[in-house]
Amino acid sequence: MPGRVITITSGKGGVGKTTTTANLAVCLALLGQRVVAIDADIGLRNLDVVLGLENRVVYDLVDVVEGRCRLRQALIRDKRLSEMYLLPAAQTRDKTAVNPGQMVEICHQLRPDFDYILIDSPAGIEQGFQNAVAGADEVIIVTTPEVSAVRDADRIIGLVEAGEKGPARLIINRIKPDMVRRGDMLDVSDVLEILRIDLLGIIPEDEHIIVSTNKGTPVAHDIGVPAAQAFRNIARRLRGEEVPFMSLGGSDNLFGRLRRLIAPRSDTH
Amino acid sequence: MWDKFTGKKRVTSREVAKQRLQLVLIHDRSDISPVMLEALKADLIAVISEHLDIDQEGIEITLSESRGRSRLLATIPILGRRTRR
Ligand SMILES: Nc1ncnc2c1ncn2[C@@H]1O[C@H](COP(=O)(O)OP(=O)(O)OP(=O)(O)O)[C@@H](O)[C@H]1O
Ligand SMILES: [Mg+2]
Repeated sequence: MPGRVITITSGKGGVGKTTTTANLAVCLALLGQRVVAIDADIGLRNLDVVLGLENRVVYDLVDVVEGRCRLRQALIRDKRLSEMYLLPAAQTRDKTAVNPGQMVEICHQLRPDFDYILIDSPAGIEQGFQNAVAGADEVIIVTTPEVSAVRDADRIIGLVEAGEKGPARLIINRIKPDMVRRGDMLDVSDVLEILRIDLLGIIPEDEHIIVSTNKGTPVAHDIGVPAAQAFRNIARRLRGEEVPFMSLGGSDNLFGRLRRLIAPRSDTH
Repeated sequence: MWDKFTGKKRVTSREVAKQRLQLVLIHDRSDISPVMLEALKADLIAVISEHLDIDQEGIEITLSESRGRSRLLATIPILGRRTRR
């Protein structure tokens, strides 16, 4: 079966795309899947350091596109997981060094050899974003429970729909259960009611993410850490399993409410 | 719960955020800005005033959304007809 190309995007910057891409890659590889993570944030290369692979970068995405190396040569194998690879972004070029057609071609070449091709999109709605979604079979939108991030997510949902990528799914990151309980943070049901798309996962605010990023070992490796559990749940949902959502300070019968809230975005009447 | 006993309702920042988001997204999704709505209102007043005597102060034009569609709601109080057939 050819691999699934899944792009992780957000609109607003800094909401957790790279963190999510790295951790989902690890979780899927831990589930025995062959995974390649592509850093499509050209000029602002990040995924290599989050994965702790920065010292192994020889070639990058732009080298592949411009024919300086073969695709295989640019793939960096993970230190711990033998079935996980990184295709790094170029650091000294900009988004215009690659075009959407070339991204489609790269995805096409990777599909036979991998189960999952995860693409870490840059923020924004310009060419970097267009490159990142061009080859995608599915799109995951990451947001945080904040007004500006949710607003930008809404814009991206519209663009993804217009691009006929199939329904995007949502990850809500950095939920603080205490603040939700105090009524000082939008909860999961609020965000879903506003955005009206399917929920793929919820991730708590977790200091372990910062510690793990410092070390270059994605938090997903740390069994028992809340954020690690959240990423593992998401990976299993991507595999098609039904995994209950964590309770992160929202209403108790969250699951039932979510069901009702997930209504189609555009109705004809 | 506590609010029920005290009788006053604390408006949480969560509710404020939700309302503001809902409003801003109605404009974003329909691509109709509040400024454009004002221009539309002025034009509507001009056109309708040619036919009807309307209460210009009482006019309300709002964008809303229901069942995935943007809707323009105009409430225009009529003072009386200027002409009769
Ligand atoms: N759930 C979380 N808990 C705590 N810290 C987090 C969480 N998610 C992300 N972070 C931190 O937030 C910062 C931004 O995350 P990340 O780099 O993944 O965002 P991004 O969307 O890829 O940003 P950019 O738009 O710049 O590419 C990082 O320092 C990361 O460690
Ligand atoms: Mg990033």
